[in-house]
Amino acid sequence: MSAPLLRARALVAGWQGPATAPLDFVLENGRILGLTGPNGVGKTTILSALAGRARVFSGLLEMRPGLRLALQTQDVPPVAGVPLTGRELLELTAAPADGLPPWLGGRLDLRLDRLSGGQRHYLALWAILQAPADLVLLDEPTNNLDAAGVAHLVTALRERVASGGGVVLVSHDHDFVAQVCDQVIVLREVPDVV
Amino acid sequence: MWSDLFLLPFLTGLCLALILPVLGCFLRLRDEWLAALAYAHVAAAGALLALVGGLSPAFGGMAAAALAGASKRVFARRLAGGAAFALLLLAGWAVAVLLAANQPLAERLGHALFDGQLYFSGGAQLALVAPWAVFAGAMLLVLSRHLLLARVYPDYFQARHLRAWPVMLGFDLVAALTLALATMTMGVMGGFALIFVPAWIVFRRAPGWRRGLLLATLLGVAGYTAAFMLALWLDQPFGPVLALLLIVLGLVIA
Repeated sequence: MSAPLLRARALVAGWQGPATAPLDFVLENGRILGLTGPNGVGKTTILSALAGRARVFSGLLEMRPGLRLALQTQDVPPVAGVPLTGRELLELTAAPADGLPPWLGGRLDLRLDRLSGGQRHYLALWAILQAPADLVLLDEPTNNLDAAGVAHLVTALRERVASGGGVVLVSHDHDFVAQVCDQVIVLREVPDVV
Repeated sequence: MWSDLFLLPFLTGLCLALILPVLGCFLRLRDEWLAALAYAHVAAAGALLALVGGLSPAFGGMAAAALAGASKRVFARRLAGGAAFALLLLAGWAVAVLLAANQPLAERLGHALFDGQLYFSGGAQLALVAPWAVFAGAMLLVLSRHLLLARVYPDYFQARHLRAWPVMLGFDLVAALTLALATMTMGVMGGFALIFVPAWIVFRRAPGWRRGLLLATLLGVAGYTAAFMLALWLDQPFGPVLALLLIVLGLVIA
């Protein structure tokens, strides 16, 4: 059995100071971990710590050596006014177009700023989800998606981990998390730190 | 007009007309189009400083622009939001004007640099510009994917444990040196027109990135060739004719 992709023990992360309660988890290859909980508990901060953007203040975070990460943040890629097509976006991250939903597959040769917000979001998400990576980190991936988009994402995520790698996702969409994740951690509020 | 007298200047400018619009697209992608004016003014100041110091103006211009491009990153945090380019522009302009005001030789070269002296380009200038245009084009080709990724997915490098600074420094140096050569060949505003207008049209109208770069090149070459011939025919300075032609082209297409 191969080593886990990720192992966190009493992990506390933050930006200027500790911002999360201690967290323990292990993520094996082929599994999806969901982080959920109310606003302000540090879901995005944990994800950012995994990506090396936020600081680990205490505890242990082990990653399998040589792990290739792909990160999708809540920020919309700033493509307004940039002449970049969907196909060119996928080429940037080496993500294949195979498997895209029909409502998007036929629009790959349009500029991204000519697509609707939902279409642009899904394409930007797809470019990260299908990029060659061992661990995919997704922050609120269902934002801006309609029911068809969410349904397609659920299938795509299951197929993604079935072909190898793991996923950590942050979402406030409980139905989506329950539907797609193999393991779920509900983050709790940090006790007042003064 | 195709005698040696005009052929060498035409070919020298043509090399720049091929590369400047492409460079302009990448500068616009990075919201750094002001860099064109900043590096051009710094190059002009460096050329004048070198002249006053008894060195080659071409060397001085390129060295000053390269230094500005490389050192910009050192102050990146303090000079965010394009402030670095505004300060470089002001510093370059101030040094150039002060030198021109106090040194008669610098005054003549200063006028040539700001107005453009394309028709006086010779074989030596072409021997410098042509290989540089090929090198700069190849560098932009190599850096292209990373520059696009840095715009679309700013966290890409950190998540992949890759160092972004070699890409950014490489681009800054290519931009600074190309603009230094452009300034010394076709003047500050001639070079700026080829950087700004084709890229502006492309970002408004192009259907994709690759086709956009091709369109920028075609617009640059067409505008440059037309301006070169028109300026000769009307016996007018090249830089302003090029700028006006590109503005008209831009307003019609964009």
